[in-house]
Amino acid sequence: MRLLTHNMLSSNIKGVTNGFPLRIEVEKVVEKSVDFNPDFLKNMLAKIEYKALVEASRIMGYAELPDHAEPSMLESDDFLRKFHHALMELHLEEGTLVCPQTGRKFPVNKGVPNMLLHEDEV
Amino acid sequence: MTSRPELKAPPEIFYNDEEARKYTSSSRIIEIQAQLTERALELLALPDDGVPKLLLDIGCGSGLSGETLTESGHQWIGFDISPSMLDVALEREAEGDLILGDMGQGLGVRPGVIDGAISISAVQWLCNADKSCHEPRKRLKSFFESLYRCLARGARAVFQVYPENLAQRELILGYAMRAGFAGGVVVDFPHSAKRRKEYLVLTCGPPSLSSATPKAKGEDEESCSDEESSGDEENQTVSISDRHRPRKKQKLNKKVKGREWVLRKKEQMRRKGNAVPQDTKYTARKRKARF
Repeated sequence: MRLLTHNMLSSNIKGVTNGFPLRIEVEKVVEKSVDFNPDFLKNMLAKIEYKALVEASRIMGYAELPDHAEPSMLESDDFLRKFHHALMELHLEEGTLVCPQTGRKFPVNKGVPNMLLHEDEV
Repeated sequence: MTSRPELKAPPEIFYNDEEARKYTSSSRIIEIQAQLTERALELLALPDDGVPKLLLDIGCGSGLSGETLTESGHQWIGFDISPSMLDVALEREAEGDLILGDMGQGLGVRPGVIDGAISISAVQWLCNADKSCHEPRKRLKSFFESLYRCLARGARAVFQVYPENLAQRELILGYAMRAGFAGGVVVDFPHSAKRRKEYLVLTCGPPSLSSATPKAKGEDEESCSDEESSGDEENQTVSISDRHRPRKKQKLNKKVKGREWVLRKKEQMRRKGNAVPQDTKYTARKRKARF
């Protein structure tokens, strides 16, 4: 699971008002190289919760991203490369996603998070 | 014996390892899935600016539909309830991210971030109650509401569905409308039993020009309304002599809605996907005076 997806996912349990961001517990991280596409990244920056991305990428062991992003930084190739790496190339292969409000754990196996809820959580 | 998989077992059980295997080995299934996805993508009508979009693939299964999305350069996130199918997707090295999830429980996705959603042959599963806790209406509701939330304004969702009957199609469409979607059903090749495919085309936000339902393929000049046009010559209702009626009743009669009004209303209901009797020469015909 890429951090792009992590940044989109929120906890869906009944009664949870603030299920974002899911806390990451890392067991294994893999890196897969993906084609660099600046247009997509520029488009995504507005949609991404940047703070959550920075935190998630640090947990995944990548500390290169600056604390704050401004639209002007989109011109810098250096920033875009880092952003691309954090967003698209870091995969959480094994680990857990934890709901920030209830502490419910969603296991991640082979890169696939199991977001299935129990009957009483729907 | 039925051939509808929905009636055999719940999706996470029906799509077991053996069934999932078919999706890698059968070139026929692969080809059909690719065709359906291409058409869905076409109906999605994404802006043609070369910028990759972030799409959702609901019921992504083994990632066959995702492959088509990747080929057209988009990033995607796939949801599926069957672990076996997702295993196959991993084997096929699907480019998108996969999530094991149940669409009937709602998609846990942040609001307004997704540029479009497709789903190939999956939404009809929502109409089944496979567990005691399943209530199809609730599941449809939470699915469409969560989808509406996560789509960006003006984004589209295209679902290829195999509704079992009219009532089911109405049910699905009804819940989509209630969640706030505008749109309707596009039926490709409506006259062919085999090639007939139905697509639900939904747009986020109020109805506008861009949310008009696109035209279906293989539909020859609205053949279903052919009879109606031939009947148009006798459009005027038969007039009967009103001489002997009291004045009051004559006045009331003028307010009676005519054939045109009835036809228009029927067309409206048809567009909503409701079951409407076909238009014939008897439609809105006046009764004989002696009745």
